[in-house]
Amino acid sequence: MLCDHCGQRQATVHLTEITNGHKTESHLCQVCASEIQAQGFGFAPQLNLHHFMAGLLNHELGGANYGQQQADGEKCARCGMAEGQIMKQGLLGCGDCYPYFEEKMQPLLRRIHGNTRHTGKVPGRTGGRARTVKEIENLKNRLREAVGREEFERAAQFRDAIRQLEKTLEEGGEA
Amino acid sequence: MPIKEIVNHPHSHWMDAEGEESDIVISSRVRVARNLAGIPFPHLLKKEKSNEVIHALRLAIQNEEAAELLGNLELCALSELTPLERQILVDKHLISPEFLNNYEAKAVVLRDDEVVSIMVNEEDHLRIQCLLPGLCLKEAWNIIDKIDDGLEKTLDYAFSEKLGYLTSCPTNVGTGMRASVMLHLPGLKLTKQLYGVLNAIGKLGLTVRGLYGEGSEALGDLYQISNQITLGQSEEDITNNLISSTLQILNQEKAARQALYQNRQEIIEDRVHRAYGTLKYARILTLEETMRLISDLRLGVALNIISGIGIRLLNELMVKIRPAFLKKISGQEMTPPQRQVYRAGLIRKELEAVPQ
Repeated sequence: MLCDHCGQRQATVHLTEITNGHKTESHLCQVCASEIQAQGFGFAPQLNLHHFMAGLLNHELGGANYGQQQADGEKCARCGMAEGQIMKQGLLGCGDCYPYFEEKMQPLLRRIHGNTRHTGKVPGRTGGRARTVKEIENLKNRLREAVGREEFERAAQFRDAIRQLEKTLEEGGEA
Repeated sequence: MPIKEIVNHPHSHWMDAEGEESDIVISSRVRVARNLAGIPFPHLLKKEKSNEVIHALRLAIQNEEAAELLGNLELCALSELTPLERQILVDKHLISPEFLNNYEAKAVVLRDDEVVSIMVNEEDHLRIQCLLPGLCLKEAWNIIDKIDDGLEKTLDYAFSEKLGYLTSCPTNVGTGMRASVMLHLPGLKLTKQLYGVLNAIGKLGLTVRGLYGEGSEALGDLYQISNQITLGQSEEDITNNLISSTLQILNQEKAARQALYQNRQEIIEDRVHRAYGTLKYARILTLEETMRLISDLRLGVALNIISGIGIRLLNELMVKIRPAFLKKISGQEMTPPQRQVYRAGLIRKELEAVPQ
C-alpha cells in the first residue's frame, strides 16, 4: 500500500482517528508520518530508544504491566538496581547487573544484536583470561591455515604455542 | 590548543576535507563506551561519586607510562565552561547534545588537535571519540584503540569474557563501539532514491541519523550512517562493514550526480548559482535556509560548477552560522531576527574574501 500523503513510498504507519464518532483511516509512510507529527498533530509519539528498550525488557520479564507490579522486584546485589527500575529506564545499574540478570538479558541481547557472545577487543588488564582464550582461538585458525598450505614446520610451532597457552590457562594463570 | 581556546575557533580538524572521498564523506567518527569496574553507571551516581570517576580519569591521563599512547589530553569539568562554550563544543561535534543535561557531574577531555575527545559521565563513565575528515574509519579506530590502551594502564574496565565491555544500555554492550560517517547526499535526494538507499541500509544492521545524532533533522542533506550491532562482531568487522556500505552509497550518490548533471545540466547549474548568489547577497538568512544553500553550493563545488571555494570553508561555515558561534563572534545576545541579519552579513563577508 502506498502512502496517502506522498503516494510514493510504502505506507508503514496506519492511523485510525475517531472524531465526534466519525472514523477516518490514514496510511502513511515513515517520512510523511514524521513530518505530520513535526507539524504538531502529535499522534504517533516519538520513538525514544530508552522507552523502546524498556518495552522490550518488560516483555522479556513477563509481559505488559509487569514492571508496575514489580516496581521493586529482584535487586542487583551490588548496585541495588531493581528489575522494575531497569524496565522503566531501559538502563542497567552497573556491570554486575549483567551476570545478575543474565537469564533475562540473554533473549533481549539476542534480539538486539543477533548474538550473545563478544568477539572484539579484550582489555589487557581486566580481561587477562579472555585475552589468552582469544589468542588460542587465533593460533588455532593459523594452525589450520598452515596445515592447509602444507607448511608443517610452521604448524608445529603454532601447535606448541597453543599447548603452552592452554597449560597456563589450566594452571589458572593469565599468561 | 587548550579547551578554552578551542571554543574560540570555529575550525576543527574534521573540516579539513583532506581524507578520501571528502566531497561526499565529510567526516568519520568512532566512539567506544567504557565503564569502570565496581562503580555503578553514571545515572545511578551521586555527585560525589561522579567526581571520583572524573578524578580517576584525571589520574589516567596524567600517567606518564601512557603518555606516548595518549598524546596531549586536557580535562575540563563542564561546569568550568560557560553555557555558550559548552554549546560550541556540541556544534563542533566534539561532544553530544545529550551530554549538556545535568552538566554538574560531567567532564570533557580533549586532545589538543581536537581529533580525540572523551565524555566523562555521559550514559557511560567514558565515551571515547575520534573524529577525522573524509572516509577514515580504520585510522579512527586505531587512534581510539591506542587511547583505550593508554587509559587502561591506570583504569580497570567493567568487562566480561562473554559479553565484552559492559555498558549502561544493552544496545552498546560488547565492543561498546559506534562507528559513523557523515555523508552529503543531495544527488540521491534530488533523484528521489534516498529513501530506497536508506531503507536498504537498515537491512544491513546500520542506522541513519541527522546532523547532530539521535532525533536530529537531516539539515543540509547531511546524514550520519552508523552501526547498530555491538555484540558478536569485532571492531574490525564493524568498521569493514560500515566502509563497504559507505562505498556503495558513495557510488550511488556519484552515479546520481552524474545522471543529474548530464540530463539536467541547466537546472543543476541554475540551482548552484542561485544558492551562491543568495549566500553572497542575501540580507536575512535563517539557519535552515543557509544549510540548504550551503548544500547546493557544496554540490556545485564537487561538480566543478563553482571554483575558488573550498569544501573546507563550507564545513567551517556550517559551524560558524549556528546560533552559539554567532553569539560568540558578535559578543552579544541577539533575537532570532537580529541573528538572521548578522548571519547573512557574516556569510557575505566570508564569500567576499574568496578570490573570483
